[in-house]
Amino acid sequence: MSVHLPRPARVVERVQEARDIFSLRLRYADVAAQEEFEFAPGQFNMLYLHGVGEVAISIVSDPRDSHSILHTIRVVGRATRGLAALQVGDEVGVRGPFGRGWPLKAALGRDLVLVTGGLGCAPVVSVINYVMRRRERYGRVTILQGVRHADDLIWRERYAAWAREPDTEVLLAADMPGQDGQLFHGTVVELFNRVQWNPDNTMAMLCGPEVMMLAAVGELRDRGLGDEAIWVSLERNMQCANGLCGHCQVGPLFVCRDGPVFSYAEIADWFGKRGF
Amino acid sequence: MHAPMTGWLAQEDLQRLFDALVETGYRCVGPAVRDGAIQFVPLRAAAELPTGVHDQQAPGSYRLEQTGGSRRFGWANGPQALKPMTFAPSESLWRARRVDGQLRFEPVAPDPAPTAVIGVRACDLAALRLQEAHFLDGLSPDPGFRARRDALLLIGVDCSHPAETCFCADTGDGPALAYGFDIGLTELDDGYLVRSGSPRGATVVNAMALVAVSDDQRDAAARQNAAAVQAQIRRLPGGDLRARLFERLDHRHWDAVAERCLSCGNCTAVCPTCFCSTNAADPDLDGTATDLVRTWDSCFSHGHTAMHGRPVREETCQRYRQWLTHKLAGWFDQYGRSGCVGCGRCITWCPVGIDLTAEAALIAAGDGR
Repeated sequence: MSVHLPRPARVVERVQEARDIFSLRLRYADVAAQEEFEFAPGQFNMLYLHGVGEVAISIVSDPRDSHSILHTIRVVGRATRGLAALQVGDEVGVRGPFGRGWPLKAALGRDLVLVTGGLGCAPVVSVINYVMRRRERYGRVTILQGVRHADDLIWRERYAAWAREPDTEVLLAADMPGQDGQLFHGTVVELFNRVQWNPDNTMAMLCGPEVMMLAAVGELRDRGLGDEAIWVSLERNMQCANGLCGHCQVGPLFVCRDGPVFSYAEIADWFGKRGF
Repeated sequence: MHAPMTGWLAQEDLQRLFDALVETGYRCVGPAVRDGAIQFVPLRAAAELPTGVHDQQAPGSYRLEQTGGSRRFGWANGPQALKPMTFAPSESLWRARRVDGQLRFEPVAPDPAPTAVIGVRACDLAALRLQEAHFLDGLSPDPGFRARRDALLLIGVDCSHPAETCFCADTGDGPALAYGFDIGLTELDDGYLVRSGSPRGATVVNAMALVAVSDDQRDAAARQNAAAVQAQIRRLPGGDLRARLFERLDHRHWDAVAERCLSCGNCTAVCPTCFCSTNAADPDLDGTATDLVRTWDSCFSHGHTAMHGRPVREETCQRYRQWLTHKLAGWFDQYGRSGCVGCGRCITWCPVGIDLTAEAALIAAGDGR
């Protein structure tokens, strides 16, 4: 764990997932640092690109993979554009892991509804990967993914593979669903009508645009899920990742330290409030 | 615990405090008039302290005047006190270097000289304790803050002349010293009641070879401290301010403040508890070494909440609401108390004279709409 000072890591694999989404598999230059790196799905690292700066990126690899750390990154600004140009063998700095991940212990034995809006939403992908590798420990799993256009949907084969797992359903929606009839025409929240709900034993995990999550929270509560059973991953401006720089505050919460994963009960007073 | 040392130091003997500090190994920093305001600067001798200077403060106004008196500490405060000494306005946190094609990271650790700060106020000490809670008491203590804080010896002075903008008596943080000082002074017209507040302070007080304090001097100090409480006119709204503010996030008065607020960030720059900072890479021209530089930031700046170029708080009313609800409400959740110590700096140094006590009162009142 390195909270203040980055440590050098090398790109060992680079995959272009979509036009502006790519994955970097990193390995610490120091073998001991790599071996002692432990994290939970939903946590993030600060990646440093030399001469450019740091950026907070969620971890999507499995905690049991002690050989490398996988990040799926969307190009949104200067640092991520620079990271996109990295090739195998290039070096970055890594601080982390930071924050609190998903409540995967509390979720044991329960039905899971995993909701994503937009592309390559890394925090929820980390949960799906984690649960699929430990499928027998969880109840019914429903994966709901919404995108704007059918062409935006990456990882189609991965969704297909998840759908083949026992007691697992994958529902995909798009505003522009294309001609092949595989995608539902509408928003991801509208897919909720197609889910078999057992509200007393279900935990929902959400990631994506806050307007989508806000609508989803409303629907989930209408279906009887308690506020402690609804979890969201928030995105904010994060610079220090140690709860010191103040940028990521939502009400009294430091998203980098107290989150980025919160139960709805914890953030209800501020969630969806403009300016928080 | 230590057995407090006390004594009386005559006005003309104040140099003995400086001498004792220097002999004990400290450089001295204290108040001086710079650019028309009380500022903390390196001092060598008691004679460099301001004499007979008083500050007239009001919303959006700060003026120094000569009273002709003999007091060295007959003023309330200036725009800054301790915050820049512990939380540096700009500092390198670490340096990245490319050596033989490989990245290397090294911490940039400050190595501050032991420094005695003379003339610290009770509100400054309360603010320091809050900054310590933020920077040091969490899971990831800040190494730079730790080193700077540990280098300080704090010589406080009871505030005898609160400004019109002061309300430390209401927040419970002054005007008399209560905690956090190594040496405490009460200034009277002809000298100082001296008391140690820590073992390190006791060593210095011991070296000054003071005479005993008389009952008259003790009574005069108590009367002066009581009068400094009575002189304060401002106060924050009472009751559960945290709940009252968080329940009124849609109060129409937020928009009324925003019509006057310039979103300049002066209030956050002078606030002794504001802790926001921004990190930026500062690369050398040849591209081999880059410093990660931390600089004070403000929740009033456009980029403070920017994600992918778009801020969460686009509008001034949202930024003022963030600042006020954080300071007076969110701090309770984060650090167990309000983030305001009643120093009044945000009132004085606001270019349009916005008074947070008045704004908080308007927002906390009424039905929340």
